[in-house]
Formats: sequence, C-alpha cells, structure tokens
Amino acid sequence: MTLFIEQCLNGLQFGLLLFMLAAGLTLVFGIMDLVNLAHGSLYMMGAYFAATFTALTGSFIAGAVVGLAATLVVGMAVEVIAMRRLYGRDHLDHVLGTFGLILFFNELVRIIWGPAGLSLPLPGWLQQPLSIFGFQYSAYRFSIIVVSLAVAAGLYLLVMRTRTGMLIRAGASNREMVGALGVNIKLLYTLVFGLGAALAGLAGLMNAPILTVQIGMGENILILAFVITVIGGIGSIRGALVAALFVGFIDTLGRSYFPDILREMLSPTAASTLAPALSSMLIYLLMAIVLIVKPEGLFSAGQR
Amino acid sequence: MRRTLLAAGAAIILAAGPAAAQNKTIKIGFVSTFSGPTAVIGNDMRNSFELALDHMGRKMGGIPVEVIYEDDQQKPDVGKQKTEKLIESDKVDFVAGYIWSNVLLASLKPVIDSKTFLISANAGPSQIAGELCSPFFFSTSWQNDQTPQAVGLYMNQKNVKSVFLIGPNYAAGKDMLAGVASTFKGKVVGQELTTWPTQLDFSAELAKAKASGADAIFVFYPGAAGVQFLNQYAASGLKATMPLYTAFTVDELSLPLQKDNAIGVPGAQQWVHDLPNEQNKKFVEDYRKKYPGLRPTYYGAQSYDAAQLINSAVVATKGNLSDKTAVQKAMEKADFKSLRGGFKFGNNHFPIQNFYLQDVVKDASGELSLKTVATIVKDDQDRFAAKCPMK
Repeated sequence: MTLFIEQCLNGLQFGLLLFMLAAGLTLVFGIMDLVNLAHGSLYMMGAYFAATFTALTGSFIAGAVVGLAATLVVGMAVEVIAMRRLYGRDHLDHVLGTFGLILFFNELVRIIWGPAGLSLPLPGWLQQPLSIFGFQYSAYRFSIIVVSLAVAAGLYLLVMRTRTGMLIRAGASNREMVGALGVNIKLLYTLVFGLGAALAGLAGLMNAPILTVQIGMGENILILAFVITVIGGIGSIRGALVAALFVGFIDTLGRSYFPDILREMLSPTAASTLAPALSSMLIYLLMAIVLIVKPEGLFSAGQR
Repeated sequence: MRRTLLAAGAAIILAAGPAAAQNKTIKIGFVSTFSGPTAVIGNDMRNSFELALDHMGRKMGGIPVEVIYEDDQQKPDVGKQKTEKLIESDKVDFVAGYIWSNVLLASLKPVIDSKTFLISANAGPSQIAGELCSPFFFSTSWQNDQTPQAVGLYMNQKNVKSVFLIGPNYAAGKDMLAGVASTFKGKVVGQELTTWPTQLDFSAELAKAKASGADAIFVFYPGAAGVQFLNQYAASGLKATMPLYTAFTVDELSLPLQKDNAIGVPGAQQWVHDLPNEQNKKFVEDYRKKYPGLRPTYYGAQSYDAAQLINSAVVATKGNLSDKTAVQKAMEKADFKSLRGGFKFGNNHFPIQNFYLQDVVKDASGELSLKTVATIVKDDQDRFAAKCPMK
C-alpha cells in the first residue's frame, strides 16, 4: 500500500511539473496561435541559469529566483526579437522558425557552458528524506508538489480574477476582437510569452536537481508537453492541469505496475522486454482516444 | 591568364595523382558519440585515440595514419549509416570506437561483410561474443557481462543476500543485468528495465526497489543517466538502508557531477587510472598535460589500446594490410603494452583480463577520484566464448 501511495505521489509530482511546462505552451499556442517548439529551450535556459546563479550566490533559493527572472527576460527578448516576425504566418513557418531557435539555444549553451553539462546541487535541508504518512519520501520531490500547486493556484487567480487574466482569456477565445477593442495586443503578447517562458524556466530549474542540466534536456519533455496541450485543449489552463495530471499518473503508475501485469500473462523475458516499450506508449494511447472522442481536447478554450 | 591558370591547375592534378597512389596511408574510421548529452564520452575516446597517435609519431610502421571521426548521435541507424559511409566511400582499413552495444550491433554486418577489421573500444554485446563472433571483430574493452559479473562476486564477498536490479532497456542493459545475476549467489528479488535513453526520472523504479525490501540495489547507467540515478537515489533516502552496487555508472566523467553522492558507491572496472604499470602512468600524465582540466576514463584507455592493437598489426604485417589472415593472426597475439597491464584474447577475440574493485576517494588535491581497492577476479573470460564457433 505504501508503494502505491508513493507511486501516486511520484505521479502527482511528475504531472505537476509537466503542467508548468504545458501551461506556458498552451497559453502561447492558444492566445498567440504560435507553435513554439523552442519552449523546451526556455526550460533548458531556466535550468542553466539556476545552476549558474546558485553556484555564484551559494544559495539554491537565490539562484532559483534570479534564474527565473533571467528566463523571463530571455523569453521576452525572444518574443520581441524573433517571435514577432512569425505572427500571422503559417504554422509551418512557426515550426521552422522555432526549430531554428532550438538549434540556436543548444549551440549558445555549448559555447557559454560547454558540452559537459552542469549539476545543480540541493541544499542539505532539501536532500534529507521526509517522513510523511509513515514512510520516507524525498523532501525535494515533495517541495516540487507544494510549489507547483501554489503556482497552479496563482495562475488560476491571475487568469480568472485579474484584468490581465481577463484579456488573456479573451485573447484565447477571439484574438481579433480583443485587438479591435483597442487592447495593446503587442504588450499582451510579450507578457504572455514571458509568462510562458518563466513557467518553462521554473519547470526546468525544479527538474534540474533530479535530472542533470544538459544540452537538449528540453526536447524529450517538450513532446510530453505537446501531448498534454492536445489532450487538455489548446489555450486552456484548466485542461493543461487535468491532462498533465493524467499523463503524470499514467506514466508513473504504468511504468511501475504494467510490467507486473504483463509478467502474469507472458514469459518473464518477453514481459521485461515488452513492458518498458508498451508502458511508454500508454500516454500516446490516451492522446489517441481523446482525439477520437473529443478532437478539440478535454477543455477547449474556443468553445468555453 | 586564364589559360595559364588552367594549365597550372592541370599540372598540379597530374603531379598529385600518382604521388597520392604511392603515398599509402593507414585509414582508420572512428565511430563514437560526439553530439548530445553523451558527447563527453566520445570526446574522451577521441582525445585518447589522438594521444595514442601522438605517442606513435602519428605513424604506424612508418606509414602515416589518417583518422576519420564520425558521430553516431547515440542512434543505431545513424551509427550504421556512418559506418557504411566509412567503408564504402572512405574505404578505411580499420573501423574502431563504438560506445553503445545497440549501435555496434547495427553496424557490425556491413563491416564484417566487407572484410574490414572492427575494433570495439567499448561496447561488448553478448551476441558478438557468442554466435555472431567473427574473425574480423576484436574488442579492447570487455564483454558486457564481465564487469557486472565481477560486481556480483563482490556482493557475495560482502554477504549481500538479495538484490534489486535496475538498468536501461537496450542490448547492454540486458547483458549487464544478466551478468550480475549469473554470479550473484543470493536472490534477485526484482528487475526493472527503463526506456533508453529518454527516461531520466527513476522515481517509480526506486520506489519499487524500496518496497522489495532487498539488501542492495545494482544499477548500470552510463553517462549522464548515472548522474541522475545517483542524485535520485541519494534524495530517496535509500542510501542508509539499501547500499548501491554499480557497473559503468561512476567514472571520471560523471564524478564531477555526482560529487559526494558517489562516495561509498563501489563499482568494478578492468582499468582504473591508478593501475601501477609504466605505460599507464605515461598515458594518464600525458593526457592531463595535453587536455588540461580533463581526466582520462576507461573509455579513453580502451580507445588508446585500440590504437595500439591496430599499430601492432600494421607493424607485424609491415603495412601489407591486404593479407587479412596475417592481420588477424597479428592482432590475435595482442602484442602491445596494454594500459591495463596486458591481456590475452580468447577464441572470440574478447580480452581475458582482471577486474578490479574501484572506490571513490578524495585525492591529494581534494578532488573526488577513483581508486583501485582490490582485484576481484583474475584472468576472467566471458561466459559466451564457448558459443563462438571460432577456435
């Protein structure tokens, strides 16, 4: 039973982390109608900034805060310098342009930080395992859950309760109308893109101590973020949260229980070969089912 | 003016043509990973291979050497493509390198079919040691199972009664877990294979290991994944209750990132930088001189030995590489001063060699470093040699 609870916590942690990444992606996609493949690069930049500033300041918290601010600035700079040229163009142009940005950021990181990767060491108090519900759980993973929930709540308040949020929602539903009503859409776009970048950076820097900080770290996880965006419905923060939790739970629980189930049915060697491949397919299976049943995603922003 | 230039150009081409044919070079293709997160491994292999060539005066048996490095991007299909390019368009005399067993397995056939010699400087899949063995294949590393087998023996010494195995789901990962299970006398209570190389979060696997109640955990995670695994293992709080045993997870490349998490985590290796033979001392010293700030690893040492093995064959055949049988016979002798202090080839062209216990210590300059603690097994031959039809 403790194993099940622990795996659920792992799933929750992974899902919430994916939510941070997907929330930014879905905002940019929904409001600006921009396919941003370079979202994973901002995730990587967040991790690199945090590792660098943590090493400079000697404090993980300070490093994370400065790193987050730096990612926000980079995100806004990318919007002003590169993304503005892409609005109103075909999605294929977005894909090509932002794919170029991926290459640019990977090479930039290689030039500045070298090819070997960095490590982001945790302070002692986060490294100690925590005793909750009568079993040991990584304090750091638990803190990711807490921080992500706080960010999700903050994002909810921002989007649902503030004037900026109202504009964001309006932008997601009907962009042209918002512009026609005299809203400074340029500033709104820069803001939304910066917010998305900061969320991606936060996900990157929170994931950095668990994984390592390395070139291309954002590319694999970006695929999952896109899956979440598709499942949740483009432009919907609520959809991103629900879909991210689905994906987190399915991935973690699938990985831990699917092999055992297969072992009951197949020979041990066949099961151990097949299980990792099949369990990593479960997420895409979910996506396929959602696309068949509700092609616009679980919570489509346009229809709300 | 134009006419004179053309004439001059033609003259140069005519002059260069026959000269190139006379001026024979030894062409070596080197396939490894030079991009992505595991590029540090490929770079270490290239650095050591280059150092070996420097030590030889960049000539083998008086003939200049040309090396073409190709990046396999850690992908079997790319590795195969690059290997085919080396053979078909560059027409190399030898192919060397290969970090990853799945890349090597994909690339093997085109090399063997063209009767080119392939020297694996790292990967040692069980298939090539057994039924797929070939007169044209040589290894200057090990067969995958051997290192974890040594770890299994060490766990017996430490009186470990049960173990949980975790490794990546590809050719080498499967070999490693099978290897440790073959010598470990206690019970293997569970085994997890993870998606390779994309899965980097091991929380679900660590939770299962914890729930299994095993005495110890054995892992194989080369490159960056080893750093991630060790970080997550330390954070999970298992260090106090479930000691970790490793193969190819803690090395001089991952250590600067693993830091204190690697202290007290034992591993096995056929080469450690402090092996006390003369040629190894020279290698380590010159490596640090040539590449300041870097430390050589077993990947590099094996690549250095690969260059030496090729050199020994070129010298023995006096550069007549068209006599394939003579080249093969020369290489089978392993007539060179290996950095690990000498080894013999078995019938399947895999080394018969010692395996040492390695530990992480702070060296004189206060940096974390690997240290040879004991010899676990002497003159070990892999367990697939009997399946190889070569005598």
